[in-house]
Amino acid sequence: MSGLFMTSIENTAEPAAWFKLERNVFRAGGYWTVAESARLDHQLRELETGSGQPVAIDASRIEKLDSTGAWLLLRTARALEAAGRHISNLDVPQRYATLIQNLDRENRPEVQAKPLAPLMSPGVYRLYRIGKATVSAGRQGWHMLGYLGRVTVETGEMIAAPRKNLRLAAMIHQVEETGINALPIIGLLAFLIGVVLAYQGADQLKRFGAEIFTINLLGVGVLRELGGLITAIIVAGRSGSAFTAHLGTMRVNQEIDAMQTMGLDTVDTLVLPRVIGLVIALPLLTFYADIMAIIGGGAMCFFQLGIHIPVFLNQLDQAINVNTLMVGLIKAPVFAFVISLVGCYEGFQVERNAASVGLLTTRSVVESVFLVIVLDAAFSIVFSVLGI
Amino acid sequence: MMLQEPKDVIIRIRGLVNGFGNKIVHDHLELDVYRGEVLGVVGGSGTGKSVLLGTIIGLNKPRAGTIEVFGKSIGYAEGSRMRGLEVRWGILFQEGALFSTQTVAQNIQVPLREYTSMSQELMDEIAAVKIAMVGLPPDTAGKYPSELSGGMKKRAGLARALALDPELLFLDEPTSGLDPISANQFDQLIAELQESLGLTVFMVTHDLDSLKAICDRIAVLVNKKIKTGTIAELRQDSTPWIHDYFTGPRGHAALAS
Repeated sequence: MSGLFMTSIENTAEPAAWFKLERNVFRAGGYWTVAESARLDHQLRELETGSGQPVAIDASRIEKLDSTGAWLLLRTARALEAAGRHISNLDVPQRYATLIQNLDRENRPEVQAKPLAPLMSPGVYRLYRIGKATVSAGRQGWHMLGYLGRVTVETGEMIAAPRKNLRLAAMIHQVEETGINALPIIGLLAFLIGVVLAYQGADQLKRFGAEIFTINLLGVGVLRELGGLITAIIVAGRSGSAFTAHLGTMRVNQEIDAMQTMGLDTVDTLVLPRVIGLVIALPLLTFYADIMAIIGGGAMCFFQLGIHIPVFLNQLDQAINVNTLMVGLIKAPVFAFVISLVGCYEGFQVERNAASVGLLTTRSVVESVFLVIVLDAAFSIVFSVLGI
Repeated sequence: MMLQEPKDVIIRIRGLVNGFGNKIVHDHLELDVYRGEVLGVVGGSGTGKSVLLGTIIGLNKPRAGTIEVFGKSIGYAEGSRMRGLEVRWGILFQEGALFSTQTVAQNIQVPLREYTSMSQELMDEIAAVKIAMVGLPPDTAGKYPSELSGGMKKRAGLARALALDPELLFLDEPTSGLDPISANQFDQLIAELQESLGLTVFMVTHDLDSLKAICDRIAVLVNKKIKTGTIAELRQDSTPWIHDYFTGPRGHAALAS
């Protein structure tokens, strides 16, 4: 309990407060303060209350008394009374009389213990936890589905008949925030992914003397899968979390309540700009990531394998076509929709306390990354069935 | 009531300058707060009442000037600790500033846990005592701040501020947002605690009734400086803002009775 760096207001030297119970008088003196209270508490709990004779409390030699000390004194008096000893007199210095009176007057039942979880055997408890988690996951999924429907309908309406309350400025702000501001980090990471892919591919393909196919691996791998996936995952961590934290903090500050009472629709004003903004930004980011990864891989081919740029481009041209690129890009708006939807949904689930924002931000990122990967797998299956 | 012996200065502010950007809020402000008094700090919006409070408790760094509390000067270095002072003062923030993930009892026990080696049993008792002292029902102990009303949050915040039985209590607008009856009760509570615990109270307030009911002295922030005095003295003051404050309709209503 007491760590190495714990500071304490308690003095470790000689006790500054004392008490003794004589035959029919309880004497107390010194500094009955919070600093002495832990020690006094231990000693007072061990006090032998003794016989049933009346007892007088003489605390007139107390030099300093605060409310903690006063409570200990009163508690002792009550303990003596409970042991059948009538308190004939309670004498404290004049200046502390009001403190004792005020504390004594207040009706003070025991602290109510929080209800404990019912006792279960460990096995049953584990089952209970699993069941509870399953039900709450199911309920969560159900709610999210409802939310998906609502946002889809509103987005559809907005596209079919653009209302004048389309928040264009907010939307453009989101494109800047989630798209343009993400360029450096996504560019760097995509470049490095290209480098790693080319390096590992070349290493393996060299054994067959097929180094040139590193370029095929790079082109197809990046354009079809990795470019989009990496971008979506970075954006989920970067922007999905920002959506949840921002909307969650707005909820904590009752800003969302204020908007609702002004008749502003939160889906219109907060969710749609984010969803549409990200749906615009993510495909562009994905395309950019594709280019950066190809450049990274190309650089690796040049330095590691000595493949010059014309050869590289020629091989790349044979390996990929527009479809390869489109297969990767078509997924981006779907990922964007899911990331922004989860981010906003979780933001609205925040309760009015500080821990809730952190908890739901974590959940938002985990859920959106999970959904992105699941959707990516689903796309792969669909494409393979369609033979694309 | 006034003691004639030289008064013990608890807070000593000299040459304090505070400002944001080009705007100077406090210009070489001076103030003494004496042991055992209740000082009410008033001033118009934007005159820096909360900035002054924040500066005294070490949250804002002033541009110039010195502040001593209990004879120790307040340090503003990044991450500097003022332990020793922190256990001698208690602060009630405007909205209570209770830790939202802990129950009221746990909130009160935070300083106890940090600075003493009390048993959990005693800490529970102390939490119950403080909760009763500020006039909250006993079942508040197990509740979370989000389950409390605004007035209850303030009382719970006060209970936490009193956890270590401080000598000096800072209150930031303790009665704002309370209904008149609760505000009145809160005033009485502070007066009662002040009397029984011998506290020194530094109270930022807008509430004229509080000023009249419990403050020994008033400090008015006006023209980037402070003017202090009793209500009677300040009513004679000719500074426009002070004159308007104490003789305006609200001032009349509160002070006439």
